[in-house]
Amino acid sequence: MPMLGKTAGGLFWMFRYLERSENTARLLDTGFRIALTGSESAEVEWESIITTAGVRELYLEKYDTFEQGHVINFLLRDKDNPSSVMSVIEMARSNARMVRTALSSEVWEATNESWMTLKSQLARPVSVKNLADVLTSVRQHSSLVRGALHGTMLRNEIFDFARIGTFVERADNTARILDVKYYVLLPSAAFVGSSMDNAQWETILRSVSAFRSFRWLNEAETTPRAIAAFLILDKRMPRSLAFCYSKIVGNLSYLAQNHVGDLPSLELARKTYDRLDNRDIDRVFDEGLHEFLEASIASTARLAGQIQEDFRFYG
Amino acid sequence: MTDNRFFDEMLDGAGGARAPYSDYADWFSGEDPKSLLKKSSEAEAFFRRIGITFNVYGQSEADERLIPFDIVPRIIAAQEWRTLERGIEQRVRAINAFLADIYHRQEILKAGRIPAEIIQNNEAFLPQMVGVAPPGGVYTHIVGTDLVRTGENEFYVLEDNCRTPSGVSYMLENRETMLQMFPELFTRMRVKPVSSYPAELRRSLSEAAPPNFNEGKPSLAVLTPGIHNSAYFEHSFLADQMGAELVEASDLRIVDGRVAMRTIRGYKPLDVIYRRVDDDYLDPLNFNPTSLLGVPGIMDVYRAGNITIANAPGTGIADDKALYSYMPDIVQFYTGEKAILQNVPTWRCSEPDSLKYVLDNLAELVVKEVHGSGGYGMLVGPAASKKELSEFEAKLRAKPGNYIAQPTLALSTVPIMTQKGLAPRHVDLRPFVLVSPKSVYITAGGLTRVALKEGSLVVNSSQGGGTKDTWVLGD
Repeated sequence: MPMLGKTAGGLFWMFRYLERSENTARLLDTGFRIALTGSESAEVEWESIITTAGVRELYLEKYDTFEQGHVINFLLRDKDNPSSVMSVIEMARSNARMVRTALSSEVWEATNESWMTLKSQLARPVSVKNLADVLTSVRQHSSLVRGALHGTMLRNEIFDFARIGTFVERADNTARILDVKYYVLLPSAAFVGSSMDNAQWETILRSVSAFRSFRWLNEAETTPRAIAAFLILDKRMPRSLAFCYSKIVGNLSYLAQNHVGDLPSLELARKTYDRLDNRDIDRVFDEGLHEFLEASIASTARLAGQIQEDFRFYG
Repeated sequence: MTDNRFFDEMLDGAGGARAPYSDYADWFSGEDPKSLLKKSSEAEAFFRRIGITFNVYGQSEADERLIPFDIVPRIIAAQEWRTLERGIEQRVRAINAFLADIYHRQEILKAGRIPAEIIQNNEAFLPQMVGVAPPGGVYTHIVGTDLVRTGENEFYVLEDNCRTPSGVSYMLENRETMLQMFPELFTRMRVKPVSSYPAELRRSLSEAAPPNFNEGKPSLAVLTPGIHNSAYFEHSFLADQMGAELVEASDLRIVDGRVAMRTIRGYKPLDVIYRRVDDDYLDPLNFNPTSLLGVPGIMDVYRAGNITIANAPGTGIADDKALYSYMPDIVQFYTGEKAILQNVPTWRCSEPDSLKYVLDNLAELVVKEVHGSGGYGMLVGPAASKKELSEFEAKLRAKPGNYIAQPTLALSTVPIMTQKGLAPRHVDLRPFVLVSPKSVYITAGGLTRVALKEGSLVVNSSQGGGTKDTWVLGD
């Protein structure tokens, strides 16, 4: 018997939310690092983190300034922010409860434990003093669930939906990080080689946990062009757009094997993947980096909608 | 420590262990109470981690609570259990015969054994079920018979839960927990296993599938109101354990005269639905036009014999408290035998003489609302304040037909583990019964509920009760 549409939707969202919790933690970590350097641009940096998280309007309904304490707590634990770490962990667990019969007990218990631990860690406002511990905990719990998924789940359609949710969220996240900062990657003579540029590049790499791996691969060439190529086109990099889309295409292809008729979501995913596969980064810059990223964000959103429709999540 | 007014299941009057507990008492005397208390808190952490929680009605939905678990088992001897089993089977067979009769020929009314108005004016009687033949002829596929004990050989049936009895997941998880915590006890004592319940449930429900579609493997689903329901854990647990889909009404629709569920590849038909929703939320077209919940048209499929709904709609008439006092007659009428299990003596407040007696003796009695459940809307006379008594008296006078009264039973006690060592607490027992067209299966034991507060007689989890593992000993 094929799985329920509701179950497929629950798995997809459970793993989107878990991925989002980790991405938000990573963004906060990056902001925190800049704040530690005592740089005057800290508030600007916190603002761009709020923008990247896609919650700018919600945030401005509550606060006028991008003060560190406000931003941290808004992104970690504010109930009014549906993308706060606590909100998405609640949603992930709620979805996990809904699809519990599809999960191994290890995956369910890891998810439940994450929720219990973070709920108590985030019960009170988080200060700079304990921020690092909280962020570590968020990342560790996300890894715990992922580890349980890889180690204990059958490689069947349940797994496919879990992975598709993860990579749709990740593709969206990476494109947003780049788009908010795209201007520092543009080949503009005025900035090249300045210390400000280096700090910004480092921020981008850290917010996708790629600072060291980038260095390792590109020792000789730390340029905007190389950074963009790494995060957009490099299939070795697990958070690059090309990597995410190759995984989405792969998992959708498995699902297509049992599907009668066309699978529009697979066609959409293939089209986006073709724009990333064997591409030269110079052509992306020619096309316009910002335009390219905007189109990526839009096509990921369209893809998510099509997946929801193809597999009858809601009707 | 023993209180002579109550039967202590573990200790006799002289403080020695009764026969079923003798091995346990030997073991216990060699254990360090501190380490047992530590195990007790480990058990709680374990339950919370795997998410065996329930939501309390009237509290915020985020508030998930644990049902407290006590580590001292409740032990029943093989001989005692055999009698109970026979009594339960007799009673459950009579209930199914009663339901078939009451929704068809109503012989029992014609014979004058039950007053007709008690059926006609009863909301639990569903006119939509009149003349409907459920697949396999079974009405109550799953029953939870609540038993209480008052003495060595005195057991009473307190309630026959014939709608959607819950608690079986606690029975199963309690045993798992005990096996993990005290493996040595299970090697010392011969405890009958309970773990086959999910497989038995699957078998039993499959046997009751509509005959036309029962080719090979009928497809089964558990129907839940959703993740905010107080018993959601149990719904997902049972679906998981018996390999059935867990569906909500919004996943279902009628397609080509069958009930079908929405899968990632379109609608696929179902044969058996183990529903854990009330009758009112089954079918908005047939039952509750104001409700948006349910599966419109499912009753038409049911009437056509193309789906099994377990339990059948309308089974609530059999466990309605207004009918309870007639149970001995019902058993006699359908089985031709005297009831093996006793009923608690019951005053029907609709009868003037009884009402007078009840009002005169309110402080001694337990008064129950005929449609109430879960310990709500109930008065325990000896535990009530003057104010509560006078409030209830007013309610009784206003609508006497809504109430029945029973003597306050001297419920037996079983010790629980406290900071100060073992302490007696009142218990009841809910064995789970599965009925198929071919057989009746009864769990060895069931769920023991225990009132954790000293002296309290209310064991409901919503009112501060806990649970214990229940051991039926082998021969």
